[in-house]
Amino acid sequence: MIYKRVTLLCGHYGSGKTNVAVNMAYDLKSQYSDVVIADLDIVNPYFRTKDSKDDLEQRGITLISSEYAGTNVDIPAMPQQMYMITDNKNLHAVIDVGGDDRGALALGRIAPAIMEENDYEMLFVINCYRPLTRDAESTLEVMREIEQACKCKFTAIVNNSNLGNETTAEDVINSVPYANEVSKITGLPIKCTCVYGEIYESVKSKIKDVFPLNLQSKIN
Amino acid sequence: MADKVLMKGNEAIAEAAIIAGCRHYFGYPITPQTEIAAYMAKRMPKIGGCFLQAESEVAAINMVYGVASTGYRVMTSSSSPGISLKGEGLSYLAGADLPSLVINVQRGGPGLGGIQPSQSDYYQATKAGGHGDFRMLVLAPASVQEMADLTVKGFELADKYRMTSMILADGTMGQMMEPVSLDYEIAKAPEKPWATTGTKMEREHNIVNSLFLQPDELEKSNNERFERYKYIEENEAMYEEYMMDDAEICITAFGIASRVAKNAIVEARKKGIKVGMIRPITLWPFPNKPFEKTIGKIKTYISVELSMGQMIDDVKLATKCSGEYVLCNRVGGMIPSPEEVLAAIEKANGGNK
Repeated sequence: MIYKRVTLLCGHYGSGKTNVAVNMAYDLKSQYSDVVIADLDIVNPYFRTKDSKDDLEQRGITLISSEYAGTNVDIPAMPQQMYMITDNKNLHAVIDVGGDDRGALALGRIAPAIMEENDYEMLFVINCYRPLTRDAESTLEVMREIEQACKCKFTAIVNNSNLGNETTAEDVINSVPYANEVSKITGLPIKCTCVYGEIYESVKSKIKDVFPLNLQSKIN
Repeated sequence: MADKVLMKGNEAIAEAAIIAGCRHYFGYPITPQTEIAAYMAKRMPKIGGCFLQAESEVAAINMVYGVASTGYRVMTSSSSPGISLKGEGLSYLAGADLPSLVINVQRGGPGLGGIQPSQSDYYQATKAGGHGDFRMLVLAPASVQEMADLTVKGFELADKYRMTSMILADGTMGQMMEPVSLDYEIAKAPEKPWATTGTKMEREHNIVNSLFLQPDELEKSNNERFERYKYIEENEAMYEEYMMDDAEICITAFGIASRVAKNAIVEARKKGIKVGMIRPITLWPFPNKPFEKTIGKIKTYISVELSMGQMIDDVKLATKCSGEYVLCNRVGGMIPSPEEVLAAIEKANGGNK
């Protein structure tokens, strides 16, 4: 896929932002040498970007994460190296922002510098199988709350509609009208529709701009 | 669109409670259960319900007492340290025979402990939720679907027996996401002639209270309550048996530990080891019957727990100390790996073969 220098991922919590972020970082790394992924999640206690630390490091991707992520220090801490993203214009960055308006607040700290440089995309990750964003209208509500909290405007949509391990090709195909509706009422283009590796083959000819994901973490 | 939705365990509890008719939630934030409160805060105002963030856990449990007195379905949720704070209120609810639903999404302890998952409140939930002689119905989900199912069941049992039902989950269950179906037929709640609903000048007023002025009356209320408990022990125990038909080694585990154990059992079976599992779904009443059946057949019981070994005591009692007992555990927020459980199975089977 084509990326700007900075890719911001925001959305309702549980939409799969972290998973999309990690996979986009992998994709970026195939195009650029200097790639950074930043975990700015100040909300979620478990299942963080840091869980993919070894895999990311092995691929030569720099992980910026609060040193408290995954520990018992239960405070909304920001990683101190995050200014690297706005200071070093040679690198490409994916920023995994925490869920909802509460998570998006964290972005406010570096948003002005990102806006000023104006080489970014802010992606709205959506999933119609989440109970509070089942239709376009409720999804729009979440979008407005996030934009208000972080003082940035979304530039495109990432349709990540899924039912976890049980997602079928049909579930993904059925989510397309929803994503189109969100696109219509928000005026934002759909950057891609994400699908898990196993069903990529069966949907790639049926949906525009399909982005294959490798599941990051799984509990049996 | 699929009938299922993708939910976090904490959200599944909150939505199932709403479906079960709960319109009153009182809580105080604590990791790893905060999503229950956050979900209720979003949903309750839209459906004419009440979400209230209390000034403390102690306040929240006493608000539960208030609403329960009026006969409405009511719940609160917290995590380990917060449940300790609610202990006094749980005892008062029991003393006044009030139905309520209390959620404990456990984290590591003791003390402030940590925010990672744990099962070390087993004793507290099943034996000592507060002072005095009382029991709570304790339900232990092992999937996001069960988080929802047992929430509905918890309300039904609470109303039926005028008791507190506790969902004893852990941080992993609260935070993990799985597809769930929330298609329930909700039975009408039983009549509550004891509730303080206003006399309309048509009846004597009801009193909800846990204070008895005469010791013999207090004794009588205790005895009556324990008659009810006896009936529950005989009729409400829930459990799952997994590959127990020909088992010589029996794993016992609940919640997240049972999922890890299942993976280990599958691996052990591939190696020809006859191992199965009894998974208690109700921790109180403890499912004694399936354990009694194993006496004389099982030589080793392996209790997989995220605690220093608490449920293992009930396993010994249920099997009348007839076998050997091994604890396979991790604590402090750590989870045993399938490999660790497999190693314990292989050792019980006489070493690596």
